[in-house]
Amino acid sequence: MAMNYFELARLTLAEAIVVVTALVVLGVDLKMGSATALATRRGWACGLGVLGCVATVAWLWVGAPAGSIGGGMQVSDALTRWVKMVLLGLTVGTLLLSGRSAFSVHIGEYVAVLLLGLVGMMLIAGTENVLVLFLALELASVSLYILVGFNKRDPQGTEAAVKYFLFGGMAGAFLLFGLSLIYGATGAIEFRAIALKLSTAGVSPLLLVGLVMVLVGLGFKVAAVPFHFWAPDAYQGAPTPVASFIAAGSKVAAFFILGKLTVVAFPAVSGHWSWGSVAPGWTPLLAMLAAASMVIGNLAALSQRNVKRLLAYSAVAHAGYVLMALVEGKTLGLFAVTFYVVTYAITALGAFGVVSLVEAATGGADWEHFRGLSQRAPGLALCFGVFVLSLAGIPPLAGFFGKFYLFLVAMSVGGGDFGLLWLVGLGAATTCVSFFYYLRLLKVVFVEAPEGGKDVWPKGGLEFATVVVAAVGVVGIGCMPGFVLGPLQNALAAAGF
Amino acid sequence: MALTWTIWISMLGAVGVYLAGPGNPARCRWIALMASVAGCVATVVGTFQVGVNSELVTLVRVPWVKPLGIDFHLAADGVSVVLVLLTGLAAVAGILFSWNISVRANEFFALYLLLITGVYGVFLSFDLFQFFAFYELAIVPKYFLIAIWGSTRREYGAMKLALYSFIGSALVLVGVLAIYLASGTSSFDLVRLANSGLPPGVQTWAFPLVFVGFAILAGLWPFHTWAPTGHVAAPTAASMLLAGVVMKLGAYGALRVGMMVMPHGAALWAPVVATLATVGIVSAALVALVQQDFKFVIGYSSVSHMGFVLLGLASANPRGVSGAVLQMFSHGVIAGLLFGVVGRMVYDRTHTRELTLLEGLGLARALPFAAVTFTLAAVASMGLPGFSGFVAEMQVLTGAWQAFPVAALAAGVGVVLAVAFTLRVLQKAFLGPPTTVTPEDATPITLPEKCGALLLLGTSLVVGLYPKILLDWIDGGLGSPAFATMRKAFGWP
Amino acid sequence: MNMPWLSVLMLVPLALGTLVAAWPRSGASGVRRIALVSHAVVLGLVVWVGVEFDVTTRALQFVERRSWVPTLGVEYHLGLDGLGLVSVLLAAAVPLLAAAVSDRVAAGRESLYYGLLLLLEAGLMGTFTALNFFHWFLFWELSLVPAYLLVRFFGGPGAGPAAFQFFVYTMVGSVALLMGFLALRVAGGTFDFIELARLGRSGQLAQGLGAALPRLGLGISGEALTRAVFLGVLLGFAVKVPIWPFHTWLPSTYTEAPAPVTMVLTGVMSKMGVYGLLRVALPIFPDQFRELQGPLLLLALATVIFPALAAMVQRDLKRVLAYSSINHLGYCLMGAFVLTPGATGADWVESAAAPALNGVLLQMLNHGLTAATLFAAVELFERRTGGVRRLDQFGGLRGVAPVFCGLMGISVFASLGLPGLNGFVGEFLIFRGVYAAAPWVAVMGTLGLLATAVFLLTLMQRLFYGELECPGSGFRDLDLGERILLGVPVGLMFVLGVYPDLVLRWTNPTVLGMAAGN
Repeated sequence: MAMNYFELARLTLAEAIVVVTALVVLGVDLKMGSATALATRRGWACGLGVLGCVATVAWLWVGAPAGSIGGGMQVSDALTRWVKMVLLGLTVGTLLLSGRSAFSVHIGEYVAVLLLGLVGMMLIAGTENVLVLFLALELASVSLYILVGFNKRDPQGTEAAVKYFLFGGMAGAFLLFGLSLIYGATGAIEFRAIALKLSTAGVSPLLLVGLVMVLVGLGFKVAAVPFHFWAPDAYQGAPTPVASFIAAGSKVAAFFILGKLTVVAFPAVSGHWSWGSVAPGWTPLLAMLAAASMVIGNLAALSQRNVKRLLAYSAVAHAGYVLMALVEGKTLGLFAVTFYVVTYAITALGAFGVVSLVEAATGGADWEHFRGLSQRAPGLALCFGVFVLSLAGIPPLAGFFGKFYLFLVAMSVGGGDFGLLWLVGLGAATTCVSFFYYLRLLKVVFVEAPEGGKDVWPKGGLEFATVVVAAVGVVGIGCMPGFVLGPLQNALAAAGF
Repeated sequence: MALTWTIWISMLGAVGVYLAGPGNPARCRWIALMASVAGCVATVVGTFQVGVNSELVTLVRVPWVKPLGIDFHLAADGVSVVLVLLTGLAAVAGILFSWNISVRANEFFALYLLLITGVYGVFLSFDLFQFFAFYELAIVPKYFLIAIWGSTRREYGAMKLALYSFIGSALVLVGVLAIYLASGTSSFDLVRLANSGLPPGVQTWAFPLVFVGFAILAGLWPFHTWAPTGHVAAPTAASMLLAGVVMKLGAYGALRVGMMVMPHGAALWAPVVATLATVGIVSAALVALVQQDFKFVIGYSSVSHMGFVLLGLASANPRGVSGAVLQMFSHGVIAGLLFGVVGRMVYDRTHTRELTLLEGLGLARALPFAAVTFTLAAVASMGLPGFSGFVAEMQVLTGAWQAFPVAALAAGVGVVLAVAFTLRVLQKAFLGPPTTVTPEDATPITLPEKCGALLLLGTSLVVGLYPKILLDWIDGGLGSPAFATMRKAFGWP
Repeated sequence: MNMPWLSVLMLVPLALGTLVAAWPRSGASGVRRIALVSHAVVLGLVVWVGVEFDVTTRALQFVERRSWVPTLGVEYHLGLDGLGLVSVLLAAAVPLLAAAVSDRVAAGRESLYYGLLLLLEAGLMGTFTALNFFHWFLFWELSLVPAYLLVRFFGGPGAGPAAFQFFVYTMVGSVALLMGFLALRVAGGTFDFIELARLGRSGQLAQGLGAALPRLGLGISGEALTRAVFLGVLLGFAVKVPIWPFHTWLPSTYTEAPAPVTMVLTGVMSKMGVYGLLRVALPIFPDQFRELQGPLLLLALATVIFPALAAMVQRDLKRVLAYSSINHLGYCLMGAFVLTPGATGADWVESAAAPALNGVLLQMLNHGLTAATLFAAVELFERRTGGVRRLDQFGGLRGVAPVFCGLMGISVFASLGLPGLNGFVGEFLIFRGVYAAAPWVAVMGTLGLLATAVFLLTLMQRLFYGELECPGSGFRDLDLGERILLGVPVGLMFVLGVYPDLVLRWTNPTVLGMAAGN
């Protein structure tokens, strides 16, 4: 398989720009050294990072070619470009939120690792090859491990990073083993080739084991139950901008590739779930994962008193809802899932943005730090309200339409016999449970009276502006989902789905 | 079209009030009042624009989410218009009765107007997704109105109310999705879904989901327990809206989405609904008879009166359903009035709602306007002729006679019980023995309170003496093309 | 006849009542005067209507008919015949007398009292002239509210529970009435009394009921359904008249209410029940009445006898008179229940139905007059004793207040049915008619007469004769105003007793029409 390196360069130019940006940031930071003020270095690092991302977006929008190389190692079509642009946008948001974070002096390294993680995610988004998938996943994961533990002096963060690393490593091992079993069964590493082989070969026990292991590995990444144990600690222990990066960026990439893998590579072994009959495949597996995630995620969130931890369990629950839609197994599922994950990412970014601002002003992210926020910082509280309500699924916010669409897709499985009604019902019931803790959180913010103590809000409004932009985005998508649905549908169509 | 303005005016009003800031309650009140009065005027104008000719008038229709066949579709027939009119009146009255709110006034009135927006939206929606969206939208403002400005156990009451509402919507969501998928039309347009003829098998299980989901909000027994707690906990204006308008959202949903789209399911489940409704009428009345808290009596009274609405719907004949819609309007006005008197005129002055304590305060002498207003409101609530409640109950009972005579008889017993508990609370609260003790704060009834009371009383009286003004619209509405499938399935002439 | 007299009859007290009720508290004496003038104006209007009344025809007069709510079958339909005229006359005269003796009772809250009294009168006028169920029922129910408030606000120590019982008890009956009429509407398609009567006579009502209402699969016939509806309707009136055993609300209410209010309650409101039976129930359910005639007559007898027996052991003056009221109304019931429209034959009409019905109407008027006068006397009594009414605390009043005792005595004798006074004629005609139709009932009914005589004479003997006993500061005799107040009705008692044709002239055509079955 001869590789046309020029072609490779063209197709991966986006990732290259980001890598170069990372290196430039490192270089500039090194140049400035510890003599310059921390704030200035931060400003430069984040600014350069943002610039690089924006340039990449511009390239993807305007000039990026279509095509694939190396047998699906990297595919560039409308869909992957769209997802990459979303990832870049989320990273811009994360960088803007990091602008004033004081958790470390190693600014250059922070931004660089962040950008490298982004590269990993972009590669994940653009691949249709299981080996590259694993490589890119490892790149992203290692970056995230480092980022979680970036604040060396915080024991909680360090513990979280180690936990994340251990779990992640194990999950990576599962993934690799599973992929190799699939290779063994099919002899192919490219998605479409695997699909072709599976459609003719049929299902073997080896294959099923491989499938399960792949799902375990990816399930870890999306924090589905029972692979979610890393999530609460990671979200809580990591510096808040990092947590937002995990919640937003890595979720988008992970769900997207899970969707693409199952829809493109494994349609033959999708299996089937209907009243009274279950055919083995990945859909019943996903259905069970979904059910478990919805239930456990929501129930566990009920007792949380730290906002970051609550958002972590909420993420687990949302993973459940998304997996539920993925059970559909075809284009519609992929469509709904991608849409929801993107809007969820924006919401999560905004929510963590608020958390980081509150942390900076009050020193913590527990409920007592949020008490009476609506009277201490009305604008911020309002944005927070928007994000929380969107997570709950209240109109006219993005989360409402997204959830509605997920439920719709899940209901349509089975072509009229409503085979997944039990799962949809479970989803509706657990959503009610979630309303309870979301409302309770909002009660703390809006209803309860603020306690004494002065807030020291960071000066300047870049973070606040980011949060507001995210909030406006959530409301806008909620009122006019067509803005996102349209382009996504076109992208899907152009990609052959 | 004037009716669409109701939504926009309320929304803009909400934003405007919020921006007015908490420092100037008077400015907030006036903005809110202007917004609600403008909305009310729009509803009246819109009522005449829609007319009594059994038409379904489309107000706005633009594609919204094309891949799913969702349009932004506002339309109105006679039934919608009557309920929109109720909303307009109740909104104005509620603001008049809240003239004394001064803590975080901008947020209060903003949430109030946001709630009104959601309600207008539901009553005017003819796209199922949009209907559901507005319905959900209305829940969150309720929570905050009660949790922040309420009284007894407000946080518990607010959470209970919100959760019950959400559980109801969860049921409705599953039902809505089933309707959409089973209809095979790839459109969320209510009329198209109704005409598509859903398979009876699907209707058998989808109808109870949708109906019960909506009827929870309407106070269907035994899912009604949120109502008394919630109403008691809520501040006056919120209770007025809750009992007066929001409970009607549930009944309207049950009619518009449940019965109009799935009439076969409705006919199948009608006996069950009639039984539950009747049990609700009687049991709530019995419970009201032994309450010691003034507001609890009114809260249970609301559940009992809503039972008539559900009974009328269950009877599935022209008179019963028409009576149900009229009872929605009538009870909305009367409940608003009752809560206004209890909450604003009495509680804000005496700071107690215990009937035994109120008996000793000689309120008939201290607050004569309140006493007269409540007496008339009590008479109206009992269903005495001359007020709107009588005509509505008469229609419902006539319809029930034709469908479920046993239920009609039991409902008659409910009427007597209503007389008993209403009279009891009137006697205890206002007609106690003469005394020299005066309530803590015997400020005379203010002008806004008087205006609000007269507005509602007058409406009930006019409709009671000349019910034609509403019945023509209701009957016209039931004859509109939207209800064609339902009419055919029920065998109406 | 262009002027809508009957509507005016209702609207005038309604408007004046609202005006009076809203009058500021400061103008007390002015309020009283306005109220008396208002009542007098209404009485004048009634007299005018009576003068314009055509006594040669049995048709309804002063008819007003306007469409109101077509979809509900509701019309604005008013009309007056002999029965209505008698009732309306009572409704105008008794409140006037009551207002005249209300000085003591209304003290301090004149505008509320006189306003409520006028509103009550408006409700009564409306009930006696309406011919469509909807607004007949409207006034039937609405007249309860002023009555309730009057008892509640101005009554004695036990007024609270008594008023509550009065209201709720009556409402039970009213709801039964309502349910019955809703069923009739479903079956017959109309709320109009005349229409329904036509349907009832022709038997179409039973058919309609059978067809329109589901039978619950039990194979209940149309006749059985009609009987059930009839019982519901009957219950509504049974509570109002009252018919034994639905009378238990009455003694407490009459006793606790202030005497002038009791005048209206017993003088007019009880007649609403009899009016209802004659105007509404009898014409619509002739066959059912015929079927149940036996048990109904028994109930009427019970209403005559048992309260009379109960009155004998009462110690409170008002309570005695309350039971006595029930007893007298029992005679009206006897007379009403022997009517079996549909039975033909001029002989029948002449010997049984006409006398009975004439007697009932006369008895309505006369009892109204007599009972009102008696309770007026009670009010004058209470003025002097400060509210003390126990019989065993008084005696020999004839010595100190001969005029009062004389006038009250005459009223008592009229109530007894002494020939020459008004009470006799009505009772005589009733017994005559009843004897011709069901002799044993008439015979048993005389027991009631006997018991009445016993307790009334005992009453007189207790109060007027014997040793002078009077707690408190003595018992002064009537002054000029009070003499006129009692004297005029007493005079009327003589006039009506000697010249009953004064009334019969107006009632006879209607009676003949009703007795003949149309």
